Amino acid sequence: MTQRIEDKLYRDRYKVDEDSHLWIKDPNMCLKCPFNFRCIRVCPTDVFKWEENKITITYDACVECGACRIACYDIGWKNPNGGFGISYKYG
Amino acid sequence: MAEKFDSVVVGGGPAGIAAAYTMAKAGLNVLVLEKGEKPGAKNMFGGVIFRHHTEKIAPEFWKTTPIERHVVEYQYWLMTKESHLLMSHRNQKFNKTYNAFTVHRAKFDPWFAKLAEDAGVVIINRTTADGVIKENGRVVGVKTERGDVMADVVIAADGVNSMLSKQAGLRDDPPLDAMALAVKEVIALPKQKIEERFNLGPEEGVAALLVGWGRGMHEGFMYTNRDTISLGIGISLKDLDESGQRPHILYEEFKNHPSIAPLVRDGELKEYSAHLIPEGGYDYVSRVYADGMLVVGDAAMLVNAINWEGTNLAMTSGTLAAETVIEAKKKGDFSSHTLEKYRQKLEESYVLKDLRRYRNVPKFFSNNKQFFNLYPELANELAYIWHLVDGETKEEKMKRIKSELFKRRSRFGLLSDAYHLWRLLA
Repeated sequence: MTQRIEDKLYRDRYKVDEDSHLWIKDPNMCLKCPFNFRCIRVCPTDVFKWEENKITITYDACVECGACRIACYDIGWKNPNGGFGISYKYG
Repeated sequence: MAEKFDSVVVGGGPAGIAAAYTMAKAGLNVLVLEKGEKPGAKNMFGGVIFRHHTEKIAPEFWKTTPIERHVVEYQYWLMTKESHLLMSHRNQKFNKTYNAFTVHRAKFDPWFAKLAEDAGVVIINRTTADGVIKENGRVVGVKTERGDVMADVVIAADGVNSMLSKQAGLRDDPPLDAMALAVKEVIALPKQKIEERFNLGPEEGVAALLVGWGRGMHEGFMYTNRDTISLGIGISLKDLDESGQRPHILYEEFKNHPSIAPLVRDGELKEYSAHLIPEGGYDYVSRVYADGMLVVGDAAMLVNAINWEGTNLAMTSGTLAAETVIEAKKKGDFSSHTLEKYRQKLEESYVLKDLRRYRNVPKFFSNNKQFFNLYPELANELAYIWHLVDGETKEEKMKRIKSELFKRRSRFGLLSDAYHLWRLLA
């Protein structure tokens, strides 16, 4: 049986910051995305969604792998503030 | 906090800690900044730590370290959607040599960091370095949310995404085919069940590489821990992009494979994780030195993908960087003129020798996907024909096997693949 990503992430421990460490540099670029929404496709935790003509970012699900950052130069990406974000128990 | 250190190390993983430890042992004043709530909090791997490199810092570490199991068996799975052909090497000698250990990074890394702390290193957790501070073109410290920290040498050990070396202008973002995405689950099972399923003694472990189960150049990995199994996949971002599939869906496909599912059946998911692996090899190693700065481990893209090595390259590069800083300190010269010795040391060690030896491997496999699809498929099909008892004579069977083989890959193709693989690896 295939598990949903939400059920997987439920197992992970996060300390969620008030500010997002991810952003779209130029939202206009998304309207004619040259990469066929690669950010959505490569993300292992479903952070990105296309809703009402824009990319929405659920940054609190991010495990900071950086795949989106390599996939698209329009993704703004920084390390979360110290102590915030994913905190693996096993790793 | 505008304090001045001999060295500030950004990142408390194996590379950063090896560097910090070595410098502190030589009497240097060292600070480590870790962005996670503790070292290891941001780290995951599909891998092992190696005795040879770890015991240089901590002799007989496995007696006190939070290790999971020592690897006694290496498995190579050639798979199709419904079958597998398994090659494995198990050796009782590994029960004495303790070649490699499975660990959980969130447990191993803090222990490793404690060694550095005991040697006099100051480690500050929950602190992200936002960038380097430059004066007259040379790096003199790092900016953090808690203030600036000054140092003679900044060592970037901030992992595969190394924002610090990017910001300092030492590296560009690599292309999609030089980065692999690893997705992993830690699945809990009773210790005894793991030992039964993998045919293991109480502390023995298995490391497995699995190819052929996916449509592209997808790799699976499986490591037995004490009472969990680390199961995951690795796939280049380029291949992931072209596959049009989502990483966690690919992982689920892998996990539900009829040969894998029984191994993790009734297991409880403990953690889901993902991380990039810098798999581009020699040609993508970043610039590792600048005036007042060195780059180590994943941050410098030092991973030997073909041999599944990374933590050892991290520790060695950290140690070599530290030795360079110690020499620079003696000379009182922290310019790139002195620090470039680090690159030389890397070139003279197995780190860059191995990466240089296999520099064409990543491209070769990316251009020759038959090794990940056609060959596993053929091997399984031939094994099936060979084992199927259906009244056919053995001579007819061999004929059928040969015709099946040449139908799928020409004689020339087979020869050429064998030749190139030999040239590449031998």
